[in-house]
Amino acid sequence: MNTQWETVIGLEIHTQLATQSKIFSGASTAYGAEPNTQACAVDLGLPGVLPVLNEDAVRKAVTFGLAIEAEIAPRSVFARKNYFYPDLPKGYQISQMDLPIVGKGHLDIEVDGETKRIGVTRAHLEEDAGKSLHENFHGLSGIDLNRAGTPLLEIVSEPDMRSAQEAVAYMRKLHELVRYLEICDGNMQEGSFRCDANVSVRPVGQAEFGTRVEIKNINSFKFVEKAINHEVERQIDLIESGGKIIQETRLYDANKDETRSMRSKEEANDYRYFPDPDLLPVVVGEDFKAQIYASLPELPDAKKQRFHSEYHLDNEAAGILTSSRALADYFEAVTKQSGCEAKLCANWVNGELAAALNKANLEITESPISPAQLSGLLVRISDNTISGKIAKQVFEALWQNPDSNADAIIDAQGLRQITDTGAIEAVIDAIIAANGKQVEQYRGGNDKVFGFFVGQVMKAMQGKANPAEVNKMLMAKLKG
Amino acid sequence: MHSKSIRQLAQGLRAKEFSSVELTQHFLQRIKQHQNLNAYITVTEELALAQAQAADQRLAAGDTDLLLGLPIAQKDLFCTLGVRTSCGSKMLDNFIAPYNATVVDKLNQAGAVMLGKVNMDEFAMGSSNETSFYGAVKNPWDSNAVAGGSSGGSAAAVAARLAVCATGTDTGGSIRQPAALCGITGLKPTYGRVSRYGMIAYASSLDQGGPMAQSADDAAILLQAMAGFDSKDSTSMDHPVPDYSATLDAPLTGLKIGLPKEFFGEGLSDDVAQVLQVAIDEYRKLGAEVIDISMPNLKLAIPAYYVIAPAECSANLSRFDGVRFGYRCENPADLTDLYTRSRGEAFGKEVKRRILMGTYALSAGYYDAYYIKAQKIRRLISDDFKTALAQVDVIMGPVTPTTAFGIGEKMADPIAMYLADIYTIAINLAGVPAMSVPAGFSDGKPVGLQIIGNYFQEAKLLNIAHRYQQVTDWHTLIPKNFE
Repeated sequence: MNTQWETVIGLEIHTQLATQSKIFSGASTAYGAEPNTQACAVDLGLPGVLPVLNEDAVRKAVTFGLAIEAEIAPRSVFARKNYFYPDLPKGYQISQMDLPIVGKGHLDIEVDGETKRIGVTRAHLEEDAGKSLHENFHGLSGIDLNRAGTPLLEIVSEPDMRSAQEAVAYMRKLHELVRYLEICDGNMQEGSFRCDANVSVRPVGQAEFGTRVEIKNINSFKFVEKAINHEVERQIDLIESGGKIIQETRLYDANKDETRSMRSKEEANDYRYFPDPDLLPVVVGEDFKAQIYASLPELPDAKKQRFHSEYHLDNEAAGILTSSRALADYFEAVTKQSGCEAKLCANWVNGELAAALNKANLEITESPISPAQLSGLLVRISDNTISGKIAKQVFEALWQNPDSNADAIIDAQGLRQITDTGAIEAVIDAIIAANGKQVEQYRGGNDKVFGFFVGQVMKAMQGKANPAEVNKMLMAKLKG
Repeated sequence: MHSKSIRQLAQGLRAKEFSSVELTQHFLQRIKQHQNLNAYITVTEELALAQAQAADQRLAAGDTDLLLGLPIAQKDLFCTLGVRTSCGSKMLDNFIAPYNATVVDKLNQAGAVMLGKVNMDEFAMGSSNETSFYGAVKNPWDSNAVAGGSSGGSAAAVAARLAVCATGTDTGGSIRQPAALCGITGLKPTYGRVSRYGMIAYASSLDQGGPMAQSADDAAILLQAMAGFDSKDSTSMDHPVPDYSATLDAPLTGLKIGLPKEFFGEGLSDDVAQVLQVAIDEYRKLGAEVIDISMPNLKLAIPAYYVIAPAECSANLSRFDGVRFGYRCENPADLTDLYTRSRGEAFGKEVKRRILMGTYALSAGYYDAYYIKAQKIRRLISDDFKTALAQVDVIMGPVTPTTAFGIGEKMADPIAMYLADIYTIAINLAGVPAMSVPAGFSDGKPVGLQIIGNYFQEAKLLNIAHRYQQVTDWHTLIPKNFE
């Protein structure tokens, strides 16, 4: 038997909301402070303390919901999720269970040129736990509660993805969106954007889902793809060799590229959720929603569409440029300031600039070359002051001297393109005179020699001759 | 000095008959003298004298706050900065809070002098003060009888005049029941009237702090200082706080008093019923109209309460895990051992019983049958109160079925203990305010009259209690040995 298998994937993504203070206390959420210096009485779960909801966390959750065209619950409820762990100070996590703040929505992904709609089941607010540190404590474990109480929005997808590639596309799309909305910094190293994947396989054509396995804690796009592919392979191998998938939670080990079992369904906690009596239901009014809706930025899909129609950019260029708000803004600043053709601007932003940033490991926001500086350069390409080739030289110089500008570099290095036909003609005449043999060949029908003449002229003029002018004049002279 | 009312003491301080330091020393002396009552867990003598000194300075500067310089007691579940807050438990025997509860802050601002922290049932779970790690409080009227609970220390301290007044908390009757059994005036305010911040939680949706005092007049003054919106407590209500003293003397002519037949049926002892009849007759004389009413769902209050309160407490008490504060067992072998032994060794029997009941009620497969059903009953009970209070101005009834029972009498039978709270529990489920007012004695032990009002009608309750106290003297009686 040779069964064809279909993979079914749903993702749960924890995004850390970029609020100044924690979800239920006034302590700072800044990353990287000395352990336990950003945990107040509420975060420590001291006897008698009470949580007070941070309105900004609600605002950010609603922002997300509106951006994915989801239903926003007019009334959502916080619940206690009960379990014991040393980095969970109260012995319960305040989360949302039956009534989450964001209901059904969707996100469109693109894989191999095809657009696919992925359902978002829900997104709910909750507090993060602290961290247990198991190293360097003389055999004891350390607890750092700085992260305890940091607001999270857990975004749960429908089991709509059918390959690791689709899962990564969804995760990237979500990552792009939360950064667009400025509700999450998207920093995966610091754990601001974390992913759990629910993976199952079934024979193609089977209606019901296979038994799912949850893979915890996959914190990079690369690992998501690898972990899912690995898990799919494990499941298919297991079934084909007569085994059975058990519902369990597995942990991905990036070093070994494997998943290992954490706990089975039977061992799973009964979290005993119940509404938190310390918090009132969260009521989101129409006014609050309307105000957030009005302040939503242009979203990635709409922006891409606009770049397509307004700037006539192809799908790929528009996609890259709109992958982050900062990059899109940079591009638009360059087109506006330079007045140059959008395609030229796109080529330079996606080409030379992107490569240089990538090499230097810089974000677009950290670019040493400002939109104004790049505009200055592009203007000189457009008005034929310099050729594209020379422009790369100017770009390099600008990169090295961020205080300078294109015109200053062109002048200082004498890079101005020569369009003086008299000067070009003199050089052409001299070269034709010196290369009689090649002239003969050309006139004898060998077109290829034409390139030799262009090269000679450009070389003699240090690349500064206007290439179009050189071509035109050479053609006329050689024909004799 | 110790038999005076708040107003008399405030006047005495300003007339320089005595200073706050002298007054404080007098009460500290009485506390020492009556240690066997076991009302106090911690006496904060040094702090009290320092506060008294500061109060004397404010008095000299002309400060008019009525509580200024008056020695009071705090129930030992209000967190007090730098002072042990034990919650009556071995678990917190070593716990010194790094912050003040809002109520403590407010009373400090008013200039009250804290004599110490008073005894209570462990984590406020109990009706007799016998579950306290620090032992039972004795009833000042009968040293073989319980003082009631959970605010037994508060009630005994006020009744024995070991404090001018005291704070208490009430989750299912914990202010009113000990007030009734000790013959003092206690008020459980509307849920949300007094901040819960810094008040160690038993059952968050039911817990409410309130005043325990000699009279309605004193209770009004203490409540005035305790009440108000607190941005640190999401369940506290942003509702204006009236001047509770201003309406104390309002006439009661035409007042409609409802007597639920469910409060006066089987289970209520004859002697208590007789005392209450006399008290209600007194109200008739004051111009009130008495109407028989029915509240059919009251009988469901105890089972609903014993699902909701334990469910909430099972989560509220999870933070006591031996990791960050409180008791930790010796040499834990591993994490599970740390949890199970720390909790097993430090929680008392009743606390464990309620954690287990609550955990069970919230477990998968039982949640709908217990927790959800109890919440539905809670709504029915609230509706009963709404309906009744649309017909009448206040509801009156007993606080307890009997007078104070003997120490040790009901400890072996938790159900009997739970049933004794039948008249107080429904009020917490509905969230309305209620008072216990001394209404007489039976066999030398006090009987309390309960007055229940509509949401935020504390001023009305105090007025009704005060008018009664103008024509009776039960509240002024001091138990023998404490005069």
